[in-house]
Amino acid sequence: MGTELYQMTIHELRDLLQQKTVSAREITESVFQRIGAVEERVHAYISLTQDLAMEQARAADKRIAGGNASALTGIPLGIKDILCTAGINTTCGSKILERFVPPYDATVIEKIKTAGAVFTGKTGMDEFAMGSSNETSCFGAVCNPWDLDHVPGGSSGGSAAAVAADECIAALGTDTGGSIRQPASYCGVVGLKPTYGRVSRYGLIAYASSLDQVGPITKDVEDAAILLNAISGHDAKDSTSINRPVPDYCKALTRDISGLRLGVPKEYFVEGLDPEVEKAVRDAIAELEKQGARIVDISLPHTDYAVAVYYLIAPAEAGSNLARYDGVKYGYRTDGAADLKDMYVRSRSEGFGTEVKRRIMIGTYALSAGYYDAYYKKASQVRTLIRRDFTDAFKECDLIVTPVAPAPAFKLGEKINDPLSMYLLDIFTIPVNLAGLPGISLPCGYSSSGLPIGLQIVGNVFAEETMLRCAHAYEQHTRWHVQKPDLS
Amino acid sequence: MNITRKDVEHVASLARLQFSPDELDLYTQQLNSILNHFQKLQNVDTTDVPSSTHAVDVNNAFREDTAGPSLTTEESLKNAPEAEQTCFKVPKIIEVG
Repeated sequence: MGTELYQMTIHELRDLLQQKTVSAREITESVFQRIGAVEERVHAYISLTQDLAMEQARAADKRIAGGNASALTGIPLGIKDILCTAGINTTCGSKILERFVPPYDATVIEKIKTAGAVFTGKTGMDEFAMGSSNETSCFGAVCNPWDLDHVPGGSSGGSAAAVAADECIAALGTDTGGSIRQPASYCGVVGLKPTYGRVSRYGLIAYASSLDQVGPITKDVEDAAILLNAISGHDAKDSTSINRPVPDYCKALTRDISGLRLGVPKEYFVEGLDPEVEKAVRDAIAELEKQGARIVDISLPHTDYAVAVYYLIAPAEAGSNLARYDGVKYGYRTDGAADLKDMYVRSRSEGFGTEVKRRIMIGTYALSAGYYDAYYKKASQVRTLIRRDFTDAFKECDLIVTPVAPAPAFKLGEKINDPLSMYLLDIFTIPVNLAGLPGISLPCGYSSSGLPIGLQIVGNVFAEETMLRCAHAYEQHTRWHVQKPDLS
Repeated sequence: MNITRKDVEHVASLARLQFSPDELDLYTQQLNSILNHFQKLQNVDTTDVPSSTHAVDVNNAFREDTAGPSLTTEESLKNAPEAEQTCFKVPKIIEVG
């Protein structure tokens, strides 16, 4: 892909490591050299773990010499600061967890550690993953490497920006309403949200438990398959994790999509969709058709209600999940509270940021006496209708192709004071979470001002292989993914 | 449907949050605008439609109740804002009268 080690993909570096052409130490040094050169402008990380990374690289080199390396051995990865890392500060982008040092690893962290990966650091994110722009982080916003005045997307904006700026080889993100796919789209990289239950949520700091999933953000589709292989699988520590064999996702990348039926939902190509985004996505669909896929017009009639459903259900779950931040067992505690209740109230009010409080308020309101039926219950019922839309659609097609976001990245500060306008941007990613489906975002073009545009491919439950096959076939015939932002 | 400043104060107390007068005004205005937009859900006929509490239907996941590795007391207390011996320490709860 690139000539410098830090520019390369997991699979390219894996091959070089296996041939013993380079060492994990050299790769890690190269990545940290890159971080040194651009991080000041991109601000992708909340914290860096260079000493640990060098130690992990040394261990990886030993393991490679011993001939028992995995595809991730010696590969520098960025980790969203929402995933618990034993002994490493995990802030979730919040003041309330500013000094939290988890005593255990999230299951996905344990898995990539076992695989021999190298950790570059913890990447920036919207506070508690609540945001679509990375501006709600209490540690400052991440900038989009393609245009530093623009947002990288959110909430996994730090992971996406770090991958796009070559400040890591790949990264882990999490996706509750689009938080992997939308920043991947804004930053011109690949982001994959797995089927709900495919990847363990143990050690992922909870936002909305019925929606959250961990997934890869990478430079190409093959890397997404490699990383998904490493993190998937049943975990007894997550009761919503599903016990189902994990295939080798790399074997799905056959390049053959002839006869594949691709559904194009008319509700995703409506007024408000940026014309440049529409053209790029329609061109991508035409490319897939050229490769032998069959295009099927479909309808997902309840799409228009998805934002309302999501922004009632997710805040309701968040309101409950975030009740744990009470200043007792961990996290921020106010000074000099009068009594226990005062301590709760002041710790929470001082520790949480504006957007988190707003969502706790929406959620608490939606669950409160007298409003439960009209809001939470109604939203849960409409969620069923949205799921049924997809069940019906998948009788007519194998995959669904759509834009990821209605427009390319917007400017920092442009929407932060109008929460509803920000929520409405999540329209194309949210339904996928509500239905628990897998979705991938991959680059399919650039706007006239040079900002990346993403294509979303959505699969049926546990159809990650078909989804990856289609995404990979598209990528093989296009060059969008090899373009790099100019940060010189 | 109109959410008053008083409603916002009530919900804040349920959520163990408190706001300055300016914040109360802001949240009152924003909650109204957001929840009014969500009123569109009332147009959907959901008669006999069951609720979805999860994306994928999962039943209770049971396991054997056996002892396994867990955190030590010291590890458990490490992040506590205040601890004493083997306990988390909190401000006084009971009024001495």
